Amino acid sequence: MVSEIIEGLRRAIGLIVSGDPAVLDATVRSLYISGAVTLFAVSWSLPLGMIIGSRSFLGKNLVKGFFNSMIGVPTVGLGLILYLLFSKSGPLGVLQLLYTPLAIVIGESVLVTPIMISFIVSAVENVDPEIKDLARTLGATESQANLAVLKEALPSVVLAVVAGFNRAIAELGIALMVGGNISGLTRVLTTSIALETTRGNFELAIALTMILSLIVFILSFITNALKRA
Amino acid sequence: MHYLRLHSIVKKYGEILALDHANLEVSRGDLLAVLGPNGAGKTTLLRILAGIEEPTSGEIYYDGSKMGKEYAAFIRQRCTLVFQKISVFNATVYENIAYGLKTRGLPKAGIEARVREALRVVNLDGYERRSARKLSGGEQQRVSLARALALEPEFLLLDEPTANLDPQTTSIIEEVIRYMNNERGTTTVVATHNVFQVGSIAKNAALMLNGKIVETSPVEEFFQKPKLSGFARLENVFLGTAKYSEDGPTLIDIGGGVTIEAAFKKKGRVTVHIRPEDIILSRRLVESSARNVLRGKIVEVSDQNNVVKLKVDVGKTFTVQITQRSFKEMDLNIGSEVFLVCKASSVNFV
Repeated sequence: MVSEIIEGLRRAIGLIVSGDPAVLDATVRSLYISGAVTLFAVSWSLPLGMIIGSRSFLGKNLVKGFFNSMIGVPTVGLGLILYLLFSKSGPLGVLQLLYTPLAIVIGESVLVTPIMISFIVSAVENVDPEIKDLARTLGATESQANLAVLKEALPSVVLAVVAGFNRAIAELGIALMVGGNISGLTRVLTTSIALETTRGNFELAIALTMILSLIVFILSFITNALKRA
Repeated sequence: MHYLRLHSIVKKYGEILALDHANLEVSRGDLLAVLGPNGAGKTTLLRILAGIEEPTSGEIYYDGSKMGKEYAAFIRQRCTLVFQKISVFNATVYENIAYGLKTRGLPKAGIEARVREALRVVNLDGYERRSARKLSGGEQQRVSLARALALEPEFLLLDEPTANLDPQTTSIIEEVIRYMNNERGTTTVVATHNVFQVGSIAKNAALMLNGKIVETSPVEEFFQKPKLSGFARLENVFLGTAKYSEDGPTLIDIGGGVTIEAAFKKKGRVTVHIRPEDIILSRRLVESSARNVLRGKIVEVSDQNNVVKLKVDVGKTFTVQITQRSFKEMDLNIGSEVFLVCKASSVNFV
């Protein structure tokens, strides 16, 4: 078994270096789907997180608790719900989204939203409350004052965004259930790895795993470097 | 006409009444100290003046015109507040000071010049590129002050600007506050719980107790106000003008035709304090080494346990403390003519 793994690793590196079309295709798709997921999720998570983090309102803890608990939602469960929504006879069946990249993007956006919101809320809450007043006393308008708070929270907000991206690129359940793992259309790194493993194509599975791990590792490394700077 | 007038301002935080029909008048060019214990409502008063807090009820007048909801946006362009809790943006010193100038839309060249000038005034030349959060507390507070200074506001508010700072930083900050007021004519309100700070910087002083302004007066008269005793036991605190010749003593004119001699060397405006127990009272003029001999009449007698406190008017009112036995043996009473004797070294500079 050990020799198989070593042989798999050797051939996997060969596949990556030679630019194997199957490897390249899954990698590029994973990147753009996760990129789109991150963009979508940030577009609503950032303003929502800012509002929840900086204002006090009735039921605030309830809202925070909801998003916190949603982080642990079982992805197969979410995948099932989305499948039922998108399937032909489902309420959103007319949109014909099932087994399209867009279905994966929507599903994963829903998945990473609680992560981003929870992280952003705590990032904003950790900013000294006087920062907003400080900006105001220096002549800032309300939106400029909010921007000053965001700037203070930025390193942690970046971390939240990266965590969202990492969660999306590593996601299997949703990609498989609403994407369908269709070669050349919805096949991404995680679904390929699962498929190739069951087929016994270990070298390809290892190559894909190495790429996936490398992407996550590089991103974490850059984020840490940025945080220190 | 007053520059700013607060009329019957009430501020409630839930059940807590922070300001209870507070009235305050600030004249243009004034340097007003608001003195009061912690929790008197000074911070809330300043936050309302700065336009970052709305009063629950009451009226604000600017140059005689009543202001409404527009006050916040209006005053924030003219005024800035230096917080008690030292607060800087997580950015360089330059970016901290430039922030307010950017929000006011100043051109870059103008911003650079103002930042440099502000840093020079607070003795932090060359600190532009330093990270503000990595400076010491005193340096951060000087950055806060430089940030306010660079804005060249017409109205400056400072909330306990020297609380918890070392004496050297305190004197730099007090110097800058005086500079802003004297040289630039910045109308200034300083909240403080330090009685002596009132003496060292302010032109006028207001006493705040339980959410109300209970006393306002020129600082020269402020220390004599009876209501002040509710907040601090201020006996024999005098504001005066000091001068000295090269090898001569320091002479301090404390008003009322009274000049006292001190052992320290200071010029200009000073606040001095003499402990009541450091003053010797006599019926007749006696020859001694003490440099200060003042003649006056007893105006008030109060018995306190084993000692008797006497108020003696020598042109200014001094408080003297003697034992009950001395009081009886010397056959003293209200109206008695007495001499007060005190050493130059007992006159403390505060």
